Amino acid sequence: MFKATVLNRRNATAQRVYRIALGGMTGILILPVILILGMLIWKGAPIISFEFLFTGPTKGMTAGGIFPALLGTILLVLVALLASVPLGVAAAIYLSEYAPDNWFTRAINLAIINLAGVPSIVHALFGVGAFVIFFRFGTSILAASLTLAIMTLPVVIVATRESLQAVPMAFREACWNMGATRWQTIRRVVLPNAVSGILTGVILEVSRTAGETAPIMFTGAAFFLPLLPQSVFDQTMALSLHLFVVSTQVPNMPEQLPYGVALVLISLVLLMNSPSIALRMYLRGKKKW
Amino acid sequence: MEQQARRPGTPVQPDFDRLNRDWYIDKVVQLLVFLGGVSAIVFIIGIFVFITREGFGFLLGDFNFREFFFSPNWRPTSETRETFGILALIAGTASVTGLAMLIAIPFSLGAAIYIAEFATGKTREFLKVTVELLAAIPSVVWGFIGLAIMNPLIIKTFDVPVGLTVLNAGVILGLMAAPIMTSIAEDALKAVPDRYREAAEAMGATRWQVIYKVVLPAAKNGLLGAVLLGVGRGFGETMAVLMATGHSINIPTSIFDSVRALTATIAAELGETAAGSSHYQALFTIGIFLFVVTFIINLVADLVVRGVRKG
Repeated sequence: MFKATVLNRRNATAQRVYRIALGGMTGILILPVILILGMLIWKGAPIISFEFLFTGPTKGMTAGGIFPALLGTILLVLVALLASVPLGVAAAIYLSEYAPDNWFTRAINLAIINLAGVPSIVHALFGVGAFVIFFRFGTSILAASLTLAIMTLPVVIVATRESLQAVPMAFREACWNMGATRWQTIRRVVLPNAVSGILTGVILEVSRTAGETAPIMFTGAAFFLPLLPQSVFDQTMALSLHLFVVSTQVPNMPEQLPYGVALVLISLVLLMNSPSIALRMYLRGKKKW
Repeated sequence: MEQQARRPGTPVQPDFDRLNRDWYIDKVVQLLVFLGGVSAIVFIIGIFVFITREGFGFLLGDFNFREFFFSPNWRPTSETRETFGILALIAGTASVTGLAMLIAIPFSLGAAIYIAEFATGKTREFLKVTVELLAAIPSVVWGFIGLAIMNPLIIKTFDVPVGLTVLNAGVILGLMAAPIMTSIAEDALKAVPDRYREAAEAMGATRWQVIYKVVLPAAKNGLLGAVLLGVGRGFGETMAVLMATGHSINIPTSIFDSVRALTATIAAELGETAAGSSHYQALFTIGIFLFVVTFIINLVADLVVRGVRKG
């Protein structure tokens, strides 16, 4: 057997020190956030009830529930999805199945990175300039949702492209050899094998869209509305903006209420995220290839 | 599906088989998905065109390069003389982003190394999922945390009159950017082929020596890309800095000063301006500036991660 030398022992100690130090850094990163989330739950949970979720705000928003905001967020997300999912999936199919490896494809990829990286407030300015003013949608659900759709387009594109590229090339070749066209191959072989990955991307996009505030502030979300929206050309309240309003804009706000709003918003976002994560882990476990 | 005209025993090249409906469907779909791909470029150009269109009047009229970039006075609604200087706003954004990166870079790289190289099995899955969930917390919730939890905490701990400061926003932004940087950095570490590690271990290197001498140098570009994306994210963050900085125009001299960020200025003032006024157009000009800076950061990050590897 080997006998441990001084060098071996020193290395082993160093190894242990680095391991603990790096693990500690990971912990320092995660722990405060978990504590903060715990505090949100502790302070926010008591106020949440059936009534809180399903009635409107009263007394200048210092009492009552959040129903118009909750409904507004759901509407904004749905309209945004209608616009961005078809477009994003098409873009991903092009990039994964058709695009040649040239400067133009690289430009598309750079554009996608930039769409994801441009500050949300710049997307808001774009929404105001393009949808509210130029296309004359006014401040409306439509304008806000389209702004959100463009902002979150990269999420769908990247997730879909990755799941399409994960389908082995041999599947496509086998199908082509049977005499299928490119599109038949994509529709019958590639997409069915990638659908769960695409769903993951869509769910992820929903959670991103639901939490965004800046892009909808000037394009369609209102601080307070007495009536629920009747069409996509109406303004709406939204949960994320509502949190901003109740925590900064309203005097004499009872302490609990903003905590309640924050808790509902964060639960919505994290609950939307969990199935996407679970789905991905489940699929990684039972991949056929 | 319709039966295609096909000679038995010969492989069919779908794209040359032009005399059936499927061939046309194939071409139409190709065109449609191509348009989908091009839409990304159209949108990014559209963003630039539309914010420039709204800010154009200011650039031609009241815009004064020296005043805009070198004056700390942002007084867009002054009765006597309006001034549009964004130096203090740049200082606000820079100080908050700088502090956030001081916190986020070491911790997220450390966490990425731990998750990619040390953690195994269940711990690893747990950490990865947690980091991913943390990255999903909306920025307005972070802003609320800065306002409702960090603010009283800072006032009590450091015995200062206001807690909405560079320190508050920097910590919030750091915690916010760290999970994203961690996952990108972890991807970069995972992209280093296992045979590099195996070769080093076969030479008798310890786990840490492998990481330090082999994995980190090999993943250098990817890690730098992660840092740059974190900087871009901090620079462009809006709601959290709007709520946690104190929002007062100030060139900070310590981390206990309140500041105001570029993004937050647009968010706070756009709703109160008349469309077409100098103030409104000046806000769009700040938008152009933000767009150009983030575009450059993203371009550099892309070149660092992919371009260098090619050359």
